[in-house]
Amino acid sequence: MLAFVVRRTLATLVVLLAITILVFLIFFHTPGVDPARKMAGRNPSPATISAIKHAYGLDRPLPVQYVILMKKLFISRDLTSYTNQGELVVPTIVAATPVTLSLVFGAAIIWVVVAVVMGLAAAVLRGTVFDPILMMIALIGISMPVFWLGEMANLITQSRYHDSFLFSWVPPLGYTPFASDPAMWFKHLVIPWLVLSALYIGLYARVLRAELLENEHEDYVRTARAKGLSERRVLLRHTLRTSMITFVSLFGLDFGVLVGGGALLAEVVFGLPGVGLLTYQSLTSLDLPVIMATVIYGAFFIVVVNAMVDVAYAWLDPRVRPA
Amino acid sequence: MSTVGSLEQPVEPVPELPQGGSAGASPWRLAFRKLVRNRLSMAALGLFAVIVAVSFAAPLYAHHVAHTDPFASSLTGKTEVNGKRVDVLQQGSGALALGETPIGPTWQRNYFLGADEQGRDVAARVLYGGRTSLIIGVGSALICSLIAVVIGLAAGFYGGIIDGILSRILDIIWAFPVYLLAISIATVLLTQGLSIGPFTISASSLWLPTAIIGVIYVPYVARPIRGAVLSVREKEFVDAAIAQGASDRRLMFGEILPNVIAVVIVLLPLMIATTILTESALSYLSIGVQPPAASWGTIIDDGQQLLYSRPWVAIAPGVMIVLTVLSLNVLGDGVRDALDPRAKLRVKG
Repeated sequence: MLAFVVRRTLATLVVLLAITILVFLIFFHTPGVDPARKMAGRNPSPATISAIKHAYGLDRPLPVQYVILMKKLFISRDLTSYTNQGELVVPTIVAATPVTLSLVFGAAIIWVVVAVVMGLAAAVLRGTVFDPILMMIALIGISMPVFWLGEMANLITQSRYHDSFLFSWVPPLGYTPFASDPAMWFKHLVIPWLVLSALYIGLYARVLRAELLENEHEDYVRTARAKGLSERRVLLRHTLRTSMITFVSLFGLDFGVLVGGGALLAEVVFGLPGVGLLTYQSLTSLDLPVIMATVIYGAFFIVVVNAMVDVAYAWLDPRVRPA
Repeated sequence: MSTVGSLEQPVEPVPELPQGGSAGASPWRLAFRKLVRNRLSMAALGLFAVIVAVSFAAPLYAHHVAHTDPFASSLTGKTEVNGKRVDVLQQGSGALALGETPIGPTWQRNYFLGADEQGRDVAARVLYGGRTSLIIGVGSALICSLIAVVIGLAAGFYGGIIDGILSRILDIIWAFPVYLLAISIATVLLTQGLSIGPFTISASSLWLPTAIIGVIYVPYVARPIRGAVLSVREKEFVDAAIAQGASDRRLMFGEILPNVIAVVIVLLPLMIATTILTESALSYLSIGVQPPAASWGTIIDDGQQLLYSRPWVAIAPGVMIVLTVLSLNVLGDGVRDALDPRAKLRVKG
């Protein structure tokens, strides 16, 4: 197990290194693109451009440029936005992280609970009309762009039916930190949670149903039945438990992707000031240092979470360790 | 992660073939028959065909039905509703009469779904936008498949150091979250376009989002192809071809490729569904399709400012996306069931 952890950690470090190099190359060495001009935002003065050239060592050899960038991102953490008058990028990202975490955690709880119930129901009700209906609902969830679903939710809860008893409690778009007013925090996030979880409910319900049906014919299920266990016990204690292995490993990946930047669209449409909205605002103003930093931090988070999932997976299921 | 059955082993006994159909029917024929018998898949295929047809009929609709130019703004234009002439952009109501609201859905030939903030016909724009979205979606899925086939074949066939290098490159792109990768590339190329040697893609060209989306999904297709190539390479018929002195090229394209192409075909509808969703997201974030061109994503973005006053601007393109992606997902399920029911494929969005 220890050997596995060490090997996985080393592999993760290599991937992280490769990702930083890839980002560096994309932002600084795309053919035909002048990075200094890009970094400076819209309509920069020549003085700003030459200052950037100097600050990022763009007149020096490639490896030096790379090291300077990494130093600015991770050691001195003084990467500055040129669009927003010298705003420090890294602290801004750190300040936005709790919003993203609040959004993703809540949505994750909803999607896991609902997807397990839906997947179980569809598998149990196989052969009835309810299985295809549930799976069609799941497929519709997968097929909706999250930002559009969010706009539709806003249309209903903020405008058209806001004055009805159903949605009069919904506050205007925005965010309140949990520490200052937990009830308001909750009210702000309920609709975003539901919208963000719609896609994943669909995905996970389908995955779980497929796994349940596949595992139904395993020997240990037959043994459990032969022991005289009730159908419910066989399903919940035996089939479901094995089927959750895939579910859990997928969950780790998707959770990482969402926190690492995948919740961007939901944050934009609901005006939640998380890392995603920060990225979006810097996209509209082409604020390159911010985009670069959010991308690298997001990718780092995802890669590290993936490694943790792999280790947890190996700990749960010894068969994957030698792989 | 995917177990891709080769077509040599029929994946399940095909029940009750029509008379005389079993003798000599190729696996492709069997799969095709199975797909055609799947009513839901056929309905989905029909729906997708209708969406493609109406989207490509966009110029006909704009010229002959709505009589508008959906790319020219019409800030002072007038149109006829129920025999009365009305402004396309109506003066705001209230005491101050501030601002202008575009005309809402007339449910008539002109401005069927109303106008957007620049007085352009939304219905016509949704059709034109559909054309753009479909071209980018299908185009990037094809580009992606093509690159993935080449990489997957080379990596799986040659093995060794070529496989090592290609697989590591795929691993890195794989580890990079797709949206972040797309955002990075798109922001860098957005204002200046791309020029490598003699090739230049201008920043407003549709090729730019198509290429970006095509490239970011390559690992998701190349990995299963490489796996399939690895298993097919060990088959007896490949040994037989080697014994006959077949060249590498014949082995790759004549023997192995036809046996792994099922992987691509199974993935293609799901790929297009994913690329269409990605295009709409990038365009919504204003880093996809650039004006004056429109896609479903840019129209939803346009509609955001008008969401509470003229919601149809955002509703219509979204409904089109959902219908398109849903039909492709259903079709994809059907194709997978027909060709390879054991495949577990998942393209992340």
